[in-house]
Amino acid sequence: MSKAIVKQKKKIRWKKVIPVYLMLLPAMIYFLINNYLPMYGITIAFRKLDYKLGILRSPFNGLENFKFLFASGNLGPILRNTILYNLVFMVIGTVLPITVAILFNEIRNKWAKKTYQTMILVPHLMSMVIVSYLVFAFLSADTGFINKSIIEPLTGNTISFYQEKKYWPFILTFVHQWKGIGFSMVLYLSTILGISIEYYEAAKVDGATKWQQIRHVTLPLLKPTVITMLILSISKICMSDFGLFYQVPKNSGTLYSVTQTIDTYVYNALMNQNNIAMSSAASVLQAIVGFILIIAANAFIRKTSKENAIF
Amino acid sequence: MTGVRSRQEKVFEAMAHAVLILLTVLAVAPFLLMLSGSLTDNATLTRYGYQFWPKVFSMEAYEYIIREWAQIGNAYFITIAVTAAGTVLSLFLVSTASFALSQKEVPGLNVVFVLILITLLFNGGAVSSYIIYTNLFHIKNTIWALLIPNLMLNGFNLILVRNYMMHSIPEELQSAAEIDGAGVFKIYLKIILPLSKPIMATVGLLTALGYWNDWTNGLYFITDSNLYSVQLLLNKMNENIQYLASHSELGAVQQSLPGTSIRMAIAVVGILPVLIIYPFFQKYFAQGITMGAVKG
Repeated sequence: MSKAIVKQKKKIRWKKVIPVYLMLLPAMIYFLINNYLPMYGITIAFRKLDYKLGILRSPFNGLENFKFLFASGNLGPILRNTILYNLVFMVIGTVLPITVAILFNEIRNKWAKKTYQTMILVPHLMSMVIVSYLVFAFLSADTGFINKSIIEPLTGNTISFYQEKKYWPFILTFVHQWKGIGFSMVLYLSTILGISIEYYEAAKVDGATKWQQIRHVTLPLLKPTVITMLILSISKICMSDFGLFYQVPKNSGTLYSVTQTIDTYVYNALMNQNNIAMSSAASVLQAIVGFILIIAANAFIRKTSKENAIF
Repeated sequence: MTGVRSRQEKVFEAMAHAVLILLTVLAVAPFLLMLSGSLTDNATLTRYGYQFWPKVFSMEAYEYIIREWAQIGNAYFITIAVTAAGTVLSLFLVSTASFALSQKEVPGLNVVFVLILITLLFNGGAVSSYIIYTNLFHIKNTIWALLIPNLMLNGFNLILVRNYMMHSIPEELQSAAEIDGAGVFKIYLKIILPLSKPIMATVGLLTALGYWNDWTNGLYFITDSNLYSVQLLLNKMNENIQYLASHSELGAVQQSLPGTSIRMAIAVVGILPVLIIYPFFQKYFAQGITMGAVKG
């Protein structure tokens, strides 16, 4: 017995192991505070709140909070918005950046390339608060550029964008693309740049036109990246960009039916209505569905293209 | 690659230029509208709306910012301090942990790696995070609220840096130093950290941008206006356009407040540092995106 321990001790070089563990400690403490304790906090969704006992000591009440959430009728519209927006973003957010990346790759002038890339990445660097200011400068009913300089001179009327639901699916989709296109373009471009020039030269020798080169060389070789990105997006279909849906419509109540997603609902229920039961139920539901989807997505990627799997 | 380019290729390139010029204009135009708005006389702005060139030029909004620097400067100071402290702390956490994880012949690191992976796959959600931070750590209305939640470290960056340390730095450097009797800390400080500069620059830049742009932590945890960062101040003004007018210290001057152009001017001042620094670090930003894509 003691011999075995001595033997093991010899194998482990404590002089190295202890400092290594020490160096891991700060990061692990952070993960404990920021990630693992909130995982325990999930139990809040299964408790009947009793402020006298404190939120984290309240008695359990099973799935009551979830039943309450389902019965409230709130879940349907926010789930519909979250999923539909994500689907639209997925389609446009794939087609548009790939088109731009392919075109970008045809440009020979290095200086022009650098300028374009620098410029179209600028929106990506901005916070959603700033973006909402920019959108407001265009859409405001009293001072917005679109109203004051285009619609009013032409028709004599103005459109109260922040009161009218019908415009928002388009506005939000546009803003999302505006902010994200540079990022996605660079991402797909890196794959395109990785395609060997020989494929194109061979295609040219065979007399392939530009379109044929794109259709038969570029697009097929982009396919694995596209599939991986799409699967990742599907696994995040219940998540939404809180900033986009909260800041850009200015959290306007009249627009909720077309702008509210799970994330903005959770925020409003928690911070404005102080409804911890409902908001925690919605938030936990989102986390669990997200977890199941990402595990499934990864399993799928592992099967189709192993090197792209996340774990 | 040389030789005569076909007409078709030339047409294609012209098309590419056209599309990218359009996108460039779309990307930049809103900022020009904002800048022009901040430089327009407020009465003109309310009358004619935002325009791409100021009809009546005025520095009023910026003069106001200088006059009210006590409040806006404080927000600026908070933003800079939190960004600097957060980025330094983040780089410390990322580099130490990545270095530790990249070590061989240390038992238990697999378990640690799985624990980090779990944080990427599963989270407690916004509500439980909020309750834990407010009820357990009483973070509300403290500077820690801007510094700690969510922004400081994520498993993704950690794995990115660890992979860099494992695959882009020759292993022999470390083993040679070990033979020379260098300890773990010394190897980290003198060998690995200097050689990790490119990845640390990328991760540090993205972290700094995250701190600079953050308003969600403040939205959840800060109600004390002394702790407003620039983004938070802008958000509060958004929530209540009358904010400046109703703010106690400024109540007396509300009649003469050029509200709309001021808000735009504060926004301009808020994004200026990012726009000035960005072109110099453009390379690292683009790198960050592609690295995120392949994720090691």
